[in-house]
Amino acid sequence: MSGNVLEVSGLSVEYLMDGGSVLAVDNVSFSLEPGEFVAVVGESGCGKSTMLFAVAQLLTPPAEIIGGTVMFKGRNLVGLADDSLTAIRWKDLSVVMQSAMNALNPVKSIGAQFKDAMRAHGVTSAQEIATRSAEVLKMVSIDPAHLQSYPHQLSGGMRQRSMIAMALLFTPDLVIMDEPTSALDVVAQRSLMVQIKELQEQFGFAVIFVTHDMSLVSHFSDRLMVMYAGQVAEVGPTRQLFDAPQHPYTAGLMEAFPSIRGPKLPLAGIPGSPPNLARRAEGCWFAPRCPKVFDRCKIEPPPLYPVQGREVRCFLHDAAAPVLVPRSSEEAGDTI
Amino acid sequence: MTATADPLLRTEGLSKHFRIGNTLSPRTLHAVDDVSFSIGEREIVALAGESGSGKSTIARLLAKIYRPTSGKVFFEGKSVSSMRSRRDRLRYSGLAPMVFQDPFASINPVFRVSHGVMRGLKLHRPELTSEQRLDEAKRVFEVVGLTPAADVLERYPHELSGGQRQRVGFAQALAMRPKLIIADEPVSMLDVSIRIGLLNLMAKLRDDEDVSILFITHDLASARYVADRLIVMYAGQIAETGPMEEVLVNPKHPYTQLLLSAAPDPRAPLGVGAATDRGEPPKVINPTPGCRFRWRCPIAIDACHTITPQLLPIADGHEAACHVAQSGAEVKAFG
Repeated sequence: MSGNVLEVSGLSVEYLMDGGSVLAVDNVSFSLEPGEFVAVVGESGCGKSTMLFAVAQLLTPPAEIIGGTVMFKGRNLVGLADDSLTAIRWKDLSVVMQSAMNALNPVKSIGAQFKDAMRAHGVTSAQEIATRSAEVLKMVSIDPAHLQSYPHQLSGGMRQRSMIAMALLFTPDLVIMDEPTSALDVVAQRSLMVQIKELQEQFGFAVIFVTHDMSLVSHFSDRLMVMYAGQVAEVGPTRQLFDAPQHPYTAGLMEAFPSIRGPKLPLAGIPGSPPNLARRAEGCWFAPRCPKVFDRCKIEPPPLYPVQGREVRCFLHDAAAPVLVPRSSEEAGDTI
Repeated sequence: MTATADPLLRTEGLSKHFRIGNTLSPRTLHAVDDVSFSIGEREIVALAGESGSGKSTIARLLAKIYRPTSGKVFFEGKSVSSMRSRRDRLRYSGLAPMVFQDPFASINPVFRVSHGVMRGLKLHRPELTSEQRLDEAKRVFEVVGLTPAADVLERYPHELSGGQRQRVGFAQALAMRPKLIIADEPVSMLDVSIRIGLLNLMAKLRDDEDVSILFITHDLASARYVADRLIVMYAGQIAETGPMEEVLVNPKHPYTQLLLSAAPDPRAPLGVGAATDRGEPPKVINPTPGCRFRWRCPIAIDACHTITPQLLPIADGHEAACHVAQSGAEVKAFG
């Protein structure tokens, strides 16, 4: 319990819209041990990025955390004052954004941006800043000469790597990554993943890695969390999920990408598209697209069932005879 | 040679150089250098390579957006650069339309999606009456899986998902009765779960509508799923080409091996590939002779530094531009 770097419980995020509100993250709970690599996967609009922003306290209106706690090293980040958050950011918790081109300041050199981050945390010695900046760039295999470079002078892969270097300036306990590789091609993607994993093993920070491409994290993450419609659909050890997915949605995602080796099979993907969260579903969110749907799925929302060391939100895993669960998402202990 | 022997599209020594720098230090960026390939009828050819390897430049050369620095493109045996009149150019762009990478930027957001299709039809098939145009628009929307067609035609782009918009792109292309669709990374911006539907659509267009497709991608797994033939580009040149399965099972060029080893494959038992590559594709500015992959190649020999390897046959229909592979030695660089 206390050994965890991060404990998220019952986290819910709502977007306030003209015609009401949309529950983008619905009662999500999970925890991270030191040095653990958790991947969060799901389609566009499943709430994975919103969840991540909520954890990092980076949400801006109209998004708002309406419930739950984010305990980071024993402190609840939800509702924490800005200056307290500033003290934590970069130092204990870093975020690497999806598009490094937008996340880096285009009119400042990489070195100047590193300097900003270090100064914000009281490092003022120019010597110290220069040494550390060069050190972190070397860690991500970039020549320290590039501290003088501006973001546009670097390739996509190098930009993304320098973002990671910046995230590691203070050797944080947790690095949150939002699709850091999605703008890169396969070779750069692969080398970045290997690099993240190596750095993680070397420095022991925990990682939350959000991606829509399950195959990318298959060999890198310890645990995999599949999200659908703002909820956890299935969560468990990565290898187990790949070998034997228990939720029909996870199985569908697994079937969605072609393989480079082995027999060439016709694939169908997942029919339909992700649900519109503004229209609250009566039963299971996935029911309209589910190949294994049955009557109960359309009436009540499924809770998370523990299945062989994982949790699965699907009535197929209800061991007991159909028990009617009250219609409240608060009900089932959604903890991992 | 008889006319029937001509493939649908053929390029001969196609090159595109861009002048960069200023008058005092003029330099030339070789985006595409001496590329020759062909695309047959009802064939999906995958053009694979990293960012900056010249894939998109080739697409633009074929679509006549760029004019080649040297070399030629032949469509049904006729030189594309000789198509100068408005009528000839219109005809060609109808026969070989393009589908773009970003479905959010390639459709005009202020018009209903019918706008693009109907305009294309009016321009390229003026013989149709407005009623026939609408029927044809409905037909192509149904072919690409946008049903009910009459309803989808009336929507605005923002009402459609990324996958649906990309289907609109294919419908627009299909409305012109093309023989070849130039698809520049048509699935790379889409969610993994949506991609497979588009790949299936491409196979369907080939099988049912007799369309050939040049499928530009950096993902060999998607390429393998639909394509009949593979062309691997590196730094503006063809590194390897051949029948899809043959190249994947038996890759001869170290770069193809690198691409293969980088492709994520969750079905593989375990393990991160030992040989990882931290290199970047070079910008080819004022190149000197020699293999352009030599700086990243773990098996480079002396010849690689001085002689540019030619694309030569290695097996039936399988060609590679690699000195080591051509010497008959086994190539095992990555993976």
